[in-house]
Amino acid sequence: MKVKYFASVRERVGKDEEMLDPPSDVRTVGELIGWLATRGEGYAHAFETRHVIRAAIDHAHVRPDATIKGAREIAFFPPMTGG
Amino acid sequence: MSPQPTIRIQIADFDVAQEIAALSAGRNDIGAVVTFSGLCRGGETTALTLEHYPEMAEAEIGRHARAALQRWPLTGLTVVHRVGRFLPGDNIVLVVTASAHRQAAFEAAEYLMDFLKAHAPFWKIEEIAGGRKAWVAATAQDDDAAARWDDQPPSQA
Repeated sequence: MKVKYFASVRERVGKDEEMLDPPSDVRTVGELIGWLATRGEGYAHAFETRHVIRAAIDHAHVRPDATIKGAREIAFFPPMTGG
Repeated sequence: MSPQPTIRIQIADFDVAQEIAALSAGRNDIGAVVTFSGLCRGGETTALTLEHYPEMAEAEIGRHARAALQRWPLTGLTVVHRVGRFLPGDNIVLVVTASAHRQAAFEAAEYLMDFLKAHAPFWKIEEIAGGRKAWVAATAQDDDAAARWDDQPPSQA
């Protein structure tokens, strides 16, 4: 799946997108965040306050318990500040 | 039948009068047009840069525009959100709602702005005097403002 990062999450991870194939026991958005946080210092920093990180699957907001099965694109970002 | 909303995400500036004219030209069923413009505020801030998630921003604004059209009897709806770097005084966002009567136009414009603030994937980075940059923090008020629309019955204007 394609994983995208925006704003402060993008800066901390150090890239804006990547193709990832998480292990099969990673089933939900929350579990994916937990797995991503183990991938290095930048990731750990990006996801350290994981309760504030927002996620979207295929361009729609999702909660941490959402399944990632079948997702083409998952995005992670801080709370939005548009308008 | 609901009108098609006009939704644009663009770098270029917008002209409020032109957008109103585009909504109302050749029609005689509009009794009220409400516009909201959001500008880059100065003070501590010397510039703002807006980053966005293009595909999701269009999807999310489109979803809320369609929800507004279902909830209020609107005859026209335009949302323009700019991205890029802004100086104090620059336009950032525009919502235009048109309806037969003012209440629907006022409420729909406020609803759309509340949802844009809390749910549309845009992020502001702020430059302050001395060149330091910091991401603007989201406020709980913005979430509360969007949430208050959840349990309200639609008003019939």
